[in-house]
Amino acid sequence: MSKPRRERLSVLGVDAVGPYALVRVRRGSLDPGVPGQFFMLEAPGRVLPRPMSLCVAPRGELGFLVDPVGPGTIAIASVERGEALHVFGPLGNGFRLDVPRPLLVGGGIGIAPLPYLAEALEQPPAVLGFRSARHAEAAALLPHAEVVVDPVLVTDVLPAGRDVLACGPEPMLAAVRALAPAAQLAWEAPMACGYGACYGCVVEVEGDLKRLCVEGPVLCFS
Amino acid sequence: MLLLNASGCLDALTAPDVASSLDAYVTKTVTPDPRAGNAPVRIAETEQGMLNAIGLANPGRERFLSTMLPRLRALNVPLWVSVGGFAAHEYAETCAHLDEVTIELNLSCPNVDEAPESAAEIVAACREVTGNPLYAKVSPHSWDMGETVRAVEAAGADGLSMINTLRGVVLDAHLSPTLARGAGGYSGPALKPVALAAVFAARRATSLPIVAMGGVCSGRDALELIACGATHVALGTVLFSDPTAPARIRAELDVEAERAGFARPEDAFAHALGFVARMEN
Repeated sequence: MSKPRRERLSVLGVDAVGPYALVRVRRGSLDPGVPGQFFMLEAPGRVLPRPMSLCVAPRGELGFLVDPVGPGTIAIASVERGEALHVFGPLGNGFRLDVPRPLLVGGGIGIAPLPYLAEALEQPPAVLGFRSARHAEAAALLPHAEVVVDPVLVTDVLPAGRDVLACGPEPMLAAVRALAPAAQLAWEAPMACGYGACYGCVVEVEGDLKRLCVEGPVLCFS
Repeated sequence: MLLLNASGCLDALTAPDVASSLDAYVTKTVTPDPRAGNAPVRIAETEQGMLNAIGLANPGRERFLSTMLPRLRALNVPLWVSVGGFAAHEYAETCAHLDEVTIELNLSCPNVDEAPESAAEIVAACREVTGNPLYAKVSPHSWDMGETVRAVEAAGADGLSMINTLRGVVLDAHLSPTLARGAGGYSGPALKPVALAAVFAARRATSLPIVAMGGVCSGRDALELIACGATHVALGTVLFSDPTAPARIRAELDVEAERAGFARPEDAFAHALGFVARMEN
């Protein structure tokens, strides 16, 4: 696995994608890592960085899809071209790519790691769920995907017999897991450090508290 | 002057490179029994710091000694073991099992119920069973730092660590505590003046070495702690945002010392104390 590095990277641009912001930075000497891995992005003016999975990786760039919902994510989404951010990664464990019949499933901002994952798996079928038509504009990042909008849920249209790789809110992950017990699920949790130091990001896995940044963020329960 | 990590702010087995960039590595607190720690949510950011309520998650004394300690020794970084407990004899039992390490007694975790004995009683119980260097990590909530320091020194401490986090609460948008435990330990830049005052008061009460921590983000912050009487400096929250902080802060420390008119950072030791005729507490 590639070694995480921390560098100050120039911002190349911030593109609106529905209600989200695609923050693109110069890649520097950072390795983009395996799809599903994440990076800690400096949130200007805040004490702690924020964990973001890699969304797109064009040559020489790293792109992160950010939902500006709190002070940290708003600070990141508000950066401008020419500014610079400290970025540390890649971190954690990504998706296993050795699956014969992949199906990508994303919910809301959980679409974030899927474009880079789709590229690695040569554009497998995908199902995306959003809470509104405006949020569904983010599906432009995954043009071939089937898109549903609340009250239709991704689990309503999930085909059987597929190797599911999913990212989304916890209730969605739980529902997907009920239908596809062997699914690889990308979770999220508040993190202070992203590299196993703070013990802040624990999630309960089969009765044990595990550091999501070290054991995850992609977990498989079967 | 040694640069260390604050206990609980680094896992050397997960991030050995970061541990190796320090002069010594301080473990997470080891308690007699394994502890899963508190339920999530465990952390919350504030404007000038963060709260944590990890709850001394650790594998317990037995597994620490049999599994973790040998792996930590293999890293070839001087080791400090943070020891915790819920009664003086629990601290002492762990100390009795430790050799060739410096021991830091965690007398001040805000996320668990504290031992009923006083800091001095716990230090005395540990002093009886160990010849290893013994540091007492005292609470910043201590009303009279001078008295606490004199008491733990009389009980046999070889040094002091300060400050631990301050107890704090953060409320979410719906006015519920963000942390599952309610309160947590407040750390980060906001703590620096509190740490400076604690070290200042402690230095007036003792000539023992003091490991100072609390809000250090830069070389200038570290220099200020030294000027208040710190012998060594430890990094906490800054390690979360910047795992390369030890090298950066060391470099900045030399520059800042020179800028303040001192050839070496150590030359600024206790410099600030000379300017205050009288300071209560």
